[in-house]
Amino acid sequence: MADLSSNFVGIKSPNPFWLASAPPTDKEYNVRRAYEAGWGGVVWKTLGEAGPPIVNVNGPRYGAIWGADRRLLGLNNIELITDRPLEVNLREIKQVKRDYPDRALVVSLMVPCEEAAWKAILPLVEETGTDGVELNFGCPHGMSERGMGSAVGQVPEYIEMVTRWVKQNSRMPCIVKLTPNITDIRKPAEAAKRGGADAVSLINTINSITSVNLDSFSPEPSIDGKGAHGGYCGPAVKPIALSMVSEIARGEATRGLPISGIGGVTTWRDAAEFMALGAGNVQVCTAAMTYGFKVVQEMISGLSEYLDDKGIALSDLVGRAVPNVTDWQYLNLNYVTKARIDPASCIKCGRCYAACEDTSHQAILMKEGRVFEVDDSECVACNLCIDVCPVEGCITMEPLAKGATDPRTGAVVGDYANWTTHPNNPMARAAE
Amino acid sequence: MSNTPLTPGVVPGRLAASALAENFSDIAPPLDRHEAQVAADRCYFCYDAPCTVACPTSIDIPLFIRQIATGTAEAAGRTILSQNILGGMCARVCPTETLCEEVCVRETAEGKPVEIGRLQRFATDVVMAKGGHPFARAAATGKRIAVVGAGPAGLSCAHRLAMLGHDVVLFDGRPKAGGLNEFGIAAYKAVEGFAQAEVDWLLHIGGIEVETGKRLGRDLTLEALKAEFDAVFLGIGLAGVNALRAEGEGRAQVRDAVDFIADLRQTADLGALAVGRDVVVIGGGMTAVDAAVQSKLLGAETVTIVYRRGADRMGASGYERELAASKGVRILTNATPIRVHGGDTVESVEFAYTEDGPGGLTLSSETFRLKADQVFKAIGQKLDGAPEALKIEGGKIATDAAGRTSVAGVWAGGDCALGGDDLTVTAVAQGRDAALDIHAALVG
Repeated sequence: MADLSSNFVGIKSPNPFWLASAPPTDKEYNVRRAYEAGWGGVVWKTLGEAGPPIVNVNGPRYGAIWGADRRLLGLNNIELITDRPLEVNLREIKQVKRDYPDRALVVSLMVPCEEAAWKAILPLVEETGTDGVELNFGCPHGMSERGMGSAVGQVPEYIEMVTRWVKQNSRMPCIVKLTPNITDIRKPAEAAKRGGADAVSLINTINSITSVNLDSFSPEPSIDGKGAHGGYCGPAVKPIALSMVSEIARGEATRGLPISGIGGVTTWRDAAEFMALGAGNVQVCTAAMTYGFKVVQEMISGLSEYLDDKGIALSDLVGRAVPNVTDWQYLNLNYVTKARIDPASCIKCGRCYAACEDTSHQAILMKEGRVFEVDDSECVACNLCIDVCPVEGCITMEPLAKGATDPRTGAVVGDYANWTTHPNNPMARAAE
Repeated sequence: MSNTPLTPGVVPGRLAASALAENFSDIAPPLDRHEAQVAADRCYFCYDAPCTVACPTSIDIPLFIRQIATGTAEAAGRTILSQNILGGMCARVCPTETLCEEVCVRETAEGKPVEIGRLQRFATDVVMAKGGHPFARAAATGKRIAVVGAGPAGLSCAHRLAMLGHDVVLFDGRPKAGGLNEFGIAAYKAVEGFAQAEVDWLLHIGGIEVETGKRLGRDLTLEALKAEFDAVFLGIGLAGVNALRAEGEGRAQVRDAVDFIADLRQTADLGALAVGRDVVVIGGGMTAVDAAVQSKLLGAETVTIVYRRGADRMGASGYERELAASKGVRILTNATPIRVHGGDTVESVEFAYTEDGPGGLTLSSETFRLKADQVFKAIGQKLDGAPEALKIEGGKIATDAAGRTSVAGVWAGGDCALGGDDLTVTAVAQGRDAALDIHAALVG
């Protein structure tokens, strides 16, 4: 078994799987169960300032989209930060941390954008013995209407300012949680770094309406016939999160800034992908909400097996794919591949044919007996056939060797060459 | 009633009413909404789908399954019924394991096809439960067409003609319409009077006048029909039954399986239906299986199907043979009856072993006997009562691809016509296609 123990900005945990600040981490009962199930860490659901507790809606809080067999692919929520009194949460946090000293316990915070408010809450949190704080600049619903959550996360100057307050008023590691509801994720990350953040975590949820009820014409989840946008998460958001994580990991100004990866992590494989793109650990919510806390056991065994098979340490995995994330303009235009359909594993559904014939390049031939073959003289290697094929591995992309002629273009496959030097590019520079 | 499976002779009431009700309940109960959703999710929406190609009526199966998956089962039902107006019955009786489901790519991939037949039943049940009728008639053409035989071919032809605006008189020699759907299918495949309910629903299209008790050659002549109507369609089925040609065949309790099945379908009280203690069924097709299984379900102690060739040559599908075996029916192959023993009534049947060689079937000198107090003959039906004017080929009415017979103005389809394969679904396709050709000939 590979060693999965993790040290994220000085916060130690037996594995890199943390539960994200969310409904599963709202109280002692859940957090104890999570630790017992094997979670390496927990980010306690966001605390607000002292005073009358937050009020939630009393109708449905979640909406969902499903794939085949009603597999939950995306979840959206309109729940606010914890609606339990601050002192109850603090008491429970202290007790839990005392009972599980080897597990990471980070407290998520969201108070108004005033230094006094932060000065008031930070000592109370620090006193619990928690390992760190995560600043919730991400929630896109409800609290943002009150100038908190993503309303802060969408203004880099506010991020920097609040982060600085936190670092000045506590000794705890500070993780800044970012909202994806912006145009360039690097800007808020840079702001957090300037403010002194120890790390960023992302993504928080995405503005969303999951569906519309076609009888009542209310968005879902519906509260008495009305709906407000919620925050979208789950497997469906993973590609968006991976891209944003990679942008921070490779960004000039943010390179080296520790990242806690969040967004649709459901299996060990998802976690490994986040980590390869630069995340030091991952946070999970929807998978736990869908399947229960036990899912972490598959993540642990899977990641461990993967590291063993590769013969690498967890720390070797982190950031390993980052150098391979580049801009389109640097992609090798002399990398030529052609689809190959394995007749032995083909089940003859013809989806590749329909996709290619109707919506792509008419590069798949349907022959007698439903035999499907690729016409190399038409195949642009778009990959759509592979994407729609129900049988994994049935269709593959095979690169043409250097020196071979691409029957589609008639061009000989040459050495690496990209758009920056391409003759069709009016901005092309001579190769150096 | 004190009879049991062990009571000698051919007697009624071998099983209690509750056991009979259980035995003859729906063999493939309908999918509920959730089950249908899960089953529909498995369809890959194949291009030029093999299932559709395999369906004699060319139902757009991927489309109707997608319509179920998206919560529009009624639209799914219309997709089915627009190609096959007896889609409800076909969903129950089609040997899907040798048609659409055999070629399903998920059969190829995992050995588990999408449950097309059950999904088809789900969708057609939704349409029929809604009441009314999903199709409307075109403007009246003023043409009148005689359809002879109210079985699957005739019903399908009549419905399509009515849809196209023609007026139809649908004749049948039996007291009820439905043909083999009503008289010839195992009871557990079409429970709760489904066949009649489907006929009633189909007739809601309007423009179809049903005249039962009118048989061609007895009450009707082709000449008179031709004179009175603009076109004639014959869907008269195969009314004759092949003989065993075994000595002693005339003994009592040696019956045609089709009559037994018809009696069983028409009885109001299964407990009043007599069945032997030791039943022997001779034949290898669906009729043999239906007769054998139902004998067993009525309480016969032993039921044996004997088929003269190897199992691979049996007309009954693997699924049907397994069904028979699971109900306790024994299947013997490569044996043919040579003598029926007994007094007035059958007591046993003597069989010779056979060998199916390149030169045909040869009989071994070795024989064996099976105890039998009831014997059902299920060795095939034959054309009976076809008008002499029609050209006959291979024992069936000769037709072209559109169903035209050798006599102008006369079409034929279903089991009586050349090219059929004795399936309900094929009969439906032929009836429908003949209707389209009649329409083209009359108004095209």
